[in-house]
Amino acid sequence: MRHIISVMVENKFGVLSRVSGLFSGRGYNIESISVGQTLDPTVSQMTIVTSGDDNIIEQITKQLNKLLDVIKVTDLTEFDHVEREMMLIKVQPKTEHRAETLRVAEIFRGVIVDSSAKTYTIQVTGDDKKLEAIIDLLKPLGIKEVVRTGKVAIAREAKS
Amino acid sequence: MKLSGAQILIESLKREGVKYIFGYPGGQVLNIFDVLYDEKDIQLILTRHEQGAAHAADGYARASGKPGVCLVTSGPGATNTVTGIATAYMDSIPMVVLTGQVPNMLIGNDAFQEADIVGITRPCTKYNFLVKDVSDLARTIKEAFYIASTGRPGPVLVDLPKDITVAKADFKYPEKVELRSYHPTFKGNLWQIKQAADAISKSRKPVVIAGGGVISSGAAAELKEFAEAAKLPVTMTMMGLGGFPGDHKLSLGMLGMHGTYFANMAVHESDLLIAIGMRFDDRVTGRVEDFAPGAKIIHIDIDPTSIRKNVRVDVPIVGDVKDVLKVLNKTMHDEGEHASPHRKVWLDRIEDWKAEHPMDYEQGDVIKPQFVVEKIYEITKGDAIITTEVGQNQMWAAQFFKYRKPRTWISSGGLGTMGYGFPAAIGAQFAFPNKLVFDIAGDGSIQMNIQELSTAVLHNLPVKVAILNNCFLGMVRQWQELFFQKRYSSTCLTGTPDFVKVAEAYGAVGLRAQKPSDVEGVIREAIKVKRPTFMDFVCDQMEKVYPMVPAGAAINEMLFRPPDCLTGEKLICKTVKQELKCKCVRAKRGM
Ligand SMILES: Cc1ncc(C[n+]2csc(CCOP(=O)(O)OP(=O)(O)O)c2C)c(N)n1
Repeated sequence: MRHIISVMVENKFGVLSRVSGLFSGRGYNIESISVGQTLDPTVSQMTIVTSGDDNIIEQITKQLNKLLDVIKVTDLTEFDHVEREMMLIKVQPKTEHRAETLRVAEIFRGVIVDSSAKTYTIQVTGDDKKLEAIIDLLKPLGIKEVVRTGKVAIAREAKS
Repeated sequence: MKLSGAQILIESLKREGVKYIFGYPGGQVLNIFDVLYDEKDIQLILTRHEQGAAHAADGYARASGKPGVCLVTSGPGATNTVTGIATAYMDSIPMVVLTGQVPNMLIGNDAFQEADIVGITRPCTKYNFLVKDVSDLARTIKEAFYIASTGRPGPVLVDLPKDITVAKADFKYPEKVELRSYHPTFKGNLWQIKQAADAISKSRKPVVIAGGGVISSGAAAELKEFAEAAKLPVTMTMMGLGGFPGDHKLSLGMLGMHGTYFANMAVHESDLLIAIGMRFDDRVTGRVEDFAPGAKIIHIDIDPTSIRKNVRVDVPIVGDVKDVLKVLNKTMHDEGEHASPHRKVWLDRIEDWKAEHPMDYEQGDVIKPQFVVEKIYEITKGDAIITTEVGQNQMWAAQFFKYRKPRTWISSGGLGTMGYGFPAAIGAQFAFPNKLVFDIAGDGSIQMNIQELSTAVLHNLPVKVAILNNCFLGMVRQWQELFFQKRYSSTCLTGTPDFVKVAEAYGAVGLRAQKPSDVEGVIREAIKVKRPTFMDFVCDQMEKVYPMVPAGAAINEMLFRPPDCLTGEKLICKTVKQELKCKCVRAKRGM
């Protein structure tokens, strides 16, 4: 099963390689990993998407906890949470498809962040399904390049 | 007053109580060695290879319980320690490895003798540091020792760029360490401990499996109290030897691939395993699906990742073994339900297994390696530190010597590093100058760090190396004999030098035993001379380690010595050339 694990780490040199080395050294799979600084500049937050059976996920969280630079590990899969990923898509549509491209971008609340005589670069944010859907629609129109940030996720606060 | 980085380093080591550094100099650590030149409180022990330095520091740590320290130069000096670091890492041994590095401003330039040792050792250290600013140095050393020796211990590497050793800073050694991301758990969960006590009093066929954690947490006394009070039979992993007295009535010796029949049977038939400071290595469990099929498992370990990694666990207790056992012992007393009448039935059953397949061998005209180990045990009355190399020698040393006290058995368990035992014996002898220290060796392994004879001779260390010389890489040959149709591919050790002459050439003592009746005299002489000694025991070449659980079998599926193998077979080295040469070496020695 797919798990999304949030890892709070020391913002230090070499930490990313300690974490990724743990995954590669023990044969765990990483679907995506993203890292960024938190409000506290000495702390970074990583979001790791991985998969495995319960035993493997248990080992992954324990092994992460064991790493010296790891401050806190949360398996967000166990909680109600929000996941987002951002994608930049450079589309190179034929002239007759330019309008259609913009329409698709609009439907997905994409933003055109760059345009040239031949291309548009669209920025979209969403969950997996949304990102896959826009790719499916844009593909026939001519996608030149896609880059994705990998997922970030955060737990939802209880509503009351 | 400001001190140079090199001075700060040495001052910091003094604060940590370091007496010996095992090391080797080079360009990037010149400043540090220069400070050591006048140093009175710390002695640098110059080994003859950085691997030797790392293993010696490790042996010192295993014997004394204190972190071993090793200092080498950058590049090749640093990479030469990697096997030693990985060895210590696999066996959770506290060690601080100091490596020189090219100056900070050259890092990343492929400078002369630059190696990314922090990157290289990331997966085989508990933690590692690159010091980028001299003002961080003292704190880094403090943290390195703290990390190495707390929680589940392990090696820590500190990489020291040359400019750091020159730059000056105020020296203030921190009083304590605060690492927000490192809180090794010590206290076991009380509710779980209660569960464990309940399970023990209900069990009919309990077995304790004691591992290296008993030794690193110093819990031998607590374990003995625990086992005796509840009359629990105790088996040990290889790393756990010495954690419980090997000559105790409740001891089953070692379990696993070359464990005793009775230990493996008891574990297999058990209804409750109490695993203490061990990690269910594959050499211990055999085929894991069939491991202890009817047993509940209580697992006590300081490292949560060890729990449920390889086997299912019913009562997990994360905590320091000593601490948990103390509480468990109290909890058990409160229950007052020790030694149920069922226990006698179980212990009798184990006695039957002991009678069925005791640990034995048959001594004929040729020296049996087991006989040598037994003789060392007999003559020293078990009061010695035994280190080992890897292979058959290691297994016989584990099987035929009864370790009564912790830290008297020093062997590379997890990594299985040939070449470990001799430098480790040197380290152990530095820790205990007055103890008898033996390295039980194979003729293959001893050649992997034989250069350390210089170190031993220079410091006149009475380290005794018992070479169980079988002319082969015996353990590999055993597998070839049993599973590869006796195709002895590259295991015949032709070209082995005369160990007596080698010893003498280094200025050590060389002794040889050709026949069983020589063995005792040679051992006694080695003890008497109080100098570094090589003992060349010309052993049965075909002897094998039994019992044996073949790879992929369950631990109750053991192979035993076939009756026709009780006396030495003759050499069947398939390549004629090898056979002749092998015989040739022996002929020269008057065989
Ligand atoms: C550094 C290293 N290389 C290779 C091995 C694989 N290996 C395990 S046991 C063994 C044979 C050891 O031979 P020897 O030292 O003569 O001991 P014996 O088994 O004959 O007692 C080998 C090659 C190892 N454990 N370590």
